[in-house]
Amino acid sequence: MTNHEPSTTRRQMHIPDADRIRDDIVGYLRQHEEKDLLRLLTCGSVDDGKSTLIGRLLYDTRMIYEDQLAAVIKDSLVHGTTGTDFDPALLTDGLKAEREQGITIDVAYRYFSTSKRKFIIADTPGHEQYTRNMATGASNCNLAVVLIDARNGVVTQTKRHSFIVSLLGIRHVLVAINKMDLLDWSQDVYETIRRDYNDFVARLGFGDIHFIPISALHGDNIVTPSPNLPWYRGPTLLHHLENVNIVTDRNLIDLRFPVQYVIRPNLDFRGFAGTVASGVLRVGDEVMALPSKQLSRVKSIVTQDGTLDGAFPPMAVTVTLADEIELSRGSLLVHPNNVPRVDSNVEAMLVWMDETPAREGTSFLVKHATNVIPGALAEIRYRMDVNSMRRMPAAEPGQPAALRLNEIGRVHLTLHRPLAFDPYTRNRQMGAFILIDRLTNATVAAGMIVDRAIGRGRRAGKDEPVSQNLSQETSAVSLDQRQALLRQRGGTVWLTGLSGSGKSTIARELEQRLFAEGHLCYVLDGDNVRHGLNRDLGFSAADRTENIRRLGEVARLFNEAGVIVITAFISPYRQDRARARDIVGAGRFFEVFVDAPLEVCETRDPKGLYRKARAGQIPEFTGISAPYEAPEEPSLIVDTTALSPGDAAARIIECIAPLFAE
Amino acid sequence: MESFTLSHLKQLEAESIHIIREVAAEFEHPVMLYSIGKDSSVMLRLAQKAFHPGPIPFPLLHVDTRWKFREMIQFRDRVARETEVRLLVWTNPDGLAQNINPIEHGSEKHTQVMKTDALKQALDHHGFDAAFGGARRDEEKSRAKERVFSFRNRFHQWDPKNQRPELWNLYNAKVRKGESIRVFPLSNWTELDVWLYIHREKIPIVPLYFAAERPVVERDGVLILVDDDRLPLRSGETPQLRRVRFRTLGCYPLTGAVESDADTLEKIVQEMLLATTSERQGRVIDYDGAASMEEKKKDGYF
Repeated sequence: MTNHEPSTTRRQMHIPDADRIRDDIVGYLRQHEEKDLLRLLTCGSVDDGKSTLIGRLLYDTRMIYEDQLAAVIKDSLVHGTTGTDFDPALLTDGLKAEREQGITIDVAYRYFSTSKRKFIIADTPGHEQYTRNMATGASNCNLAVVLIDARNGVVTQTKRHSFIVSLLGIRHVLVAINKMDLLDWSQDVYETIRRDYNDFVARLGFGDIHFIPISALHGDNIVTPSPNLPWYRGPTLLHHLENVNIVTDRNLIDLRFPVQYVIRPNLDFRGFAGTVASGVLRVGDEVMALPSKQLSRVKSIVTQDGTLDGAFPPMAVTVTLADEIELSRGSLLVHPNNVPRVDSNVEAMLVWMDETPAREGTSFLVKHATNVIPGALAEIRYRMDVNSMRRMPAAEPGQPAALRLNEIGRVHLTLHRPLAFDPYTRNRQMGAFILIDRLTNATVAAGMIVDRAIGRGRRAGKDEPVSQNLSQETSAVSLDQRQALLRQRGGTVWLTGLSGSGKSTIARELEQRLFAEGHLCYVLDGDNVRHGLNRDLGFSAADRTENIRRLGEVARLFNEAGVIVITAFISPYRQDRARARDIVGAGRFFEVFVDAPLEVCETRDPKGLYRKARAGQIPEFTGISAPYEAPEEPSLIVDTTALSPGDAAARIIECIAPLFAE
Repeated sequence: MESFTLSHLKQLEAESIHIIREVAAEFEHPVMLYSIGKDSSVMLRLAQKAFHPGPIPFPLLHVDTRWKFREMIQFRDRVARETEVRLLVWTNPDGLAQNINPIEHGSEKHTQVMKTDALKQALDHHGFDAAFGGARRDEEKSRAKERVFSFRNRFHQWDPKNQRPELWNLYNAKVRKGESIRVFPLSNWTELDVWLYIHREKIPIVPLYFAAERPVVERDGVLILVDDDRLPLRSGETPQLRRVRFRTLGCYPLTGAVESDADTLEKIVQEMLLATTSERQGRVIDYDGAASMEEKKKDGYF
């Protein structure tokens, strides 16, 4: 276990790709000009070895020069924790005062790159009171490295960090179990931590979690596989960072182009400059301007490097339109058949970042996309205990409701004029905002708009109710009260899969078991929905979409009543399920992919439908003559070729218990 | 376009353009500080891209200490002519009257008077409320924590304890009268990114970056270019023609040259990648102590 000695003491710089640089600089440049970008966050407690890990990455990818290294070695003697040895942590420590305190107290950004990717690390502190810094660092990241000290395992701070990471919408988590050298590289320790982490993190909804045992100090499994960990067969930390797929993180469905600046050099040119927030914009597209709702067509997409046929996030372009319509900074261009919510009431999770606590009734400036709108904090609905992930009352006993520095709460904001937005979980750019204090101009909070303005608010355009005479009455009985009565939280278990995969059987099994445990639940399936509510719908793509929309709305009503809903529909289209999730609310939507290969389903063929479909008697049959889009990131996959319906139901209950428990 | 992916350079470019447009939209009197170096050249190109086909809607400001390399000034004037941008040049009149110079007064005093004080004068004189700078976070330790929008009080001071949290791409542009924001659109670029971009975009840079035979004297281990007759030669010193180039540009008596054969962009990048010392080592002002850049920043240095 001493293979690391040379790496900690070597002074000679190793330059990756040195031969290539010498022999083929043109090829090298070409490759590096085309590499990708990954933004990541590192989080861990004070002594988990975070600075050491980053120092190690910078050092091993040679983002540190000899003169800088010499300075660090000099510093190691004064501040270091490794005696006369090189302390990688000192490569990443920042300002003088902090260095003397031995802790980092802000977000620092570090850069390194390999031939595949450039990496931007947001280095944030593990210190208890710095939720605000972590949220700041996390806001632009695709991936979080959660460091766990193998000696301590999953601790409160691990949970807190993971919660904030999830709140800020990061989908990829890499759990680095550090200091394995101090525990004799024990696989048992690793497995225990892995299990503990998986247990508590299930409710946070990360799409992608990986575990890697490392020793940051000695470089084990950071860049090269460690000979000390022969039982670990996975990738090294750097290999994972180089290869993790983040392309699908972006929303390419909902076109949102916030106008940032109007370029008008002369009377012949009027261009709308901005950064594509989501979706794809193409020349010729019909677009709607919000808030004016005027329609036009995209005439051209202009850049200094020439015109483009299309633009996608995060491209910064300039758009010209076929018609003169009302459009200025703060306006939004969207596709008319896919519009965001437009509302002057916003429900959001808020991270409070100022010394002066938030109070109900205070007014602020809200900066969202390219808009700055005055608004007020109408209500603090509850606070989150970031350690237990439980809700707490908005007010301390005998005190008015308040959010203090580093507290997180659910709030209701009222704005002076309507804002076009999307839920944060669906669209980071269109669901995020900051609050600016009107007196001090300080940035006092970061906000993430939640899925649905429950009980208030309306959506614009197609999703807007047809009747103009609707008004929504707020019930005197709240969801919380109903849920308290039922001793459960409403939610939706959405089963999706091919016909014959086992959805209905599992749904019935699940219903029975949940009921036996004292939960009020209800199954929605073809039998009770297709014959009544949706009798007017067939199986065309459009009808399937409408079917799922109605199901989503019904599930939401049940959930609002406090009931747990289990749906058993093929629901073949990803976009439809995403919409159902939006309608229901992502926080209480649990998507289960009931997975069985087509051949198996066809063999089972419980209703003889496959046979008919093969014979051409059923048009547009999923799997045969119509597509099935498997979920990319389901909350859970149950493989019914391996699990019995009872086992599958048990597995689902295991996962949803924390979600729906009161 | 159908893969919907952007290279890291295109992503950095888009981010910088977003930042530049945001400043133009939210501030009344922005200015772009133009130091004539390679980072300024990149920043200027990004500003052109941000407002194409329109003109850049703010002026450039060069703080001239009167000790810049002659080739820098020629380059500056040519760029201003060719890009049709409004160029403002400011020299500290008090410093000029007192003939403050790096030779007699030393680097620290010269930098303080002709650079830091001069910059503050220029910003006050013109009433600028936002100033773009080409600094990058990878340049120096204390810059790793710098915001993209760096708040300065009405004395142009930077308080590391009192910076606004910066989330997503939502920049808080609110300032009171007299206060200002320094904006760093290249925050997330590294030195390699800057060179790759110059290479890819064919951006012109000052010829001093390329190796050529130049008259230099060696002083305390640093090669100083004899750019004009204001550099007093010490006894025994005679300028020698050596093949040198500059990794970084500033006042010529304060900027060390390196011996090099890199006379093309490719060779420069090659040399940089194979080098084992960092870029700022050529700058004399950094030697003043471990946290010296931090102290200078607090005082209003960029």
